[in-house]
Amino acid sequence: MFDFYFNLPFWLRSVLQGLAVIFVIFPLAGACSLAERKVSAWIQGRPGPNRAIPFWFAWVPVLGPLLQRLGVFHLMADGAKFLFKEEPVPGHVNKFYFILAPVIAMIPAFSTVTVVPFGAYFDPSHRLIPLALANVDIGILAIFAVSSLGVYSLILAGWASNSKYPFLGGVRASAQLISYELAMTLSVIPVFLWINAPDAPATLSLATVVEFQSKPGFWGGTWFIFAMPLSAIIFMISLFAETNRQPFDMPESEADLVGGFHTEYGAFKWSLFFVAEYSHMIVGSAVFTLLFLGGWNPLPWLSLAKFAELVHLVDQPLILGLVSIGIFLGKVVVLLFFFMWVRWTVPRFRYDQVMKLGWQKLLPLAIFNLIAYAIGIAVIQK
Amino acid sequence: MSDLLFNFFAVFTVVCAVGVVVNKNAVNASMCLLLSLIGVAGLFALLEAYLLAFVLLLVYGGAVAALFLFIVMLLDMQGGKRPPFKRATLVASTVAAGLLAVGVLSLRPQAGQLPAPAEIPAIGASLKLYAYQLFTTYLLPVQIIGFLLLIAMLGVIVLSKKFEGVEDIK
Repeated sequence: MFDFYFNLPFWLRSVLQGLAVIFVIFPLAGACSLAERKVSAWIQGRPGPNRAIPFWFAWVPVLGPLLQRLGVFHLMADGAKFLFKEEPVPGHVNKFYFILAPVIAMIPAFSTVTVVPFGAYFDPSHRLIPLALANVDIGILAIFAVSSLGVYSLILAGWASNSKYPFLGGVRASAQLISYELAMTLSVIPVFLWINAPDAPATLSLATVVEFQSKPGFWGGTWFIFAMPLSAIIFMISLFAETNRQPFDMPESEADLVGGFHTEYGAFKWSLFFVAEYSHMIVGSAVFTLLFLGGWNPLPWLSLAKFAELVHLVDQPLILGLVSIGIFLGKVVVLLFFFMWVRWTVPRFRYDQVMKLGWQKLLPLAIFNLIAYAIGIAVIQK
Repeated sequence: MSDLLFNFFAVFTVVCAVGVVVNKNAVNASMCLLLSLIGVAGLFALLEAYLLAFVLLLVYGGAVAALFLFIVMLLDMQGGKRPPFKRATLVASTVAAGLLAVGVLSLRPQAGQLPAPAEIPAIGASLKLYAYQLFTTYLLPVQIIGFLLLIAMLGVIVLSKKFEGVEDIK
């Protein structure tokens, strides 16, 4: 089966991988929107979406009502609604950039997924092979670089809408996203200082970070969230700001900006912004998992290799691959739940508070953290 | 394939760069700047200098050009009328064009002087080599550029803040 796949021509494999990204991330982002509604309902003590069901499915005895109560069909109803609604383009907008903005939103959201390793298996000589669409050597840099282009969709949407609230949203987005990028980038440097020991080959690959968290021994098996808690906290807070999640959703804060940068958008174009936001969350959670939560290792101090020996899966690359993907996705889902939990618990910041937190608290903290760890790592690795 | 891509990115970069200068709408101009930067990043990637390509995208594409757009939006700049050329402008632009021409001509490959491509160290290709060069061979230029940026930043703070009494300086 593997041979058949790898014997396909290169362009066909590329097309298949591209389609895989779209067909995995799009439904996953849709599922996130449903989960968001269910989680918010759960936190606020109400049932949440529990009505929609195709009439013929209601005849299925136990499964029908169960899925109805879980609100699974609202997902499809929502998707169909976005597709079949009228597409309004207000008369006062700059049409070219107005239509371009949601398209630009999708590009970084989908292309960063390709460099995220999401699982691993062992080849016949028991070497660990990470699973990724493109296992590049500068993984984290590629993700930061491409996702930093996402700010253009918000700015252009705000500018092209040519009305006050979207404009304010666009201006806020550009300032906020650039401010938190600094703290975010500085916070992960200690991780890469540690894995780039003087005698090791230089790399920024995310798969190598996971390898360093699955070594034998006490310090080898420690996840970086325990070894570098401050980095993890700064990265997490910046992630909230970069993905425009509450308490940082200044660009679209409904209370004072109606809908922020997407006030003038409707139907499918609006849903593209929505999907982009959730796929940013998915990629962000995946990167956090890889950097700080041990990637596809099931537990701290229990690496995938040891786990595979325990359950005798070392020689079953297919099953072990699926198991490792399951472990990885499980961690991502927990983080996504954390995102939603925070959103429905913490109130929104004021804009000056967002700026103050970014520049006066997180940035000095990240610099201090970097210097402290740089000295510590230099002493330990000497 | 590689030649085709090189031609594509080279033409793309130059066309977008011309677009930056020609466009009267400031938003269009900054979007052209972004596309031009992406073209340059593509050229770096073709040279296998992936590190440089992504650093260019991260710093200039993701932050600098976005800040240009931010300023354009904040000041709401319209095309407006251009003041007529003064004589000083003409002299300055002629001198600048001449300097540019001399610079380009001095780069013209002369037989036997340029090293073969294989001999040029691929500094941009490897992370470790790049960092090592920055902290050894190119340490002075890096420090000078950092100092220049610091001066520019101090200038902005002085210009944008109104200092009236001793109280304001604190």
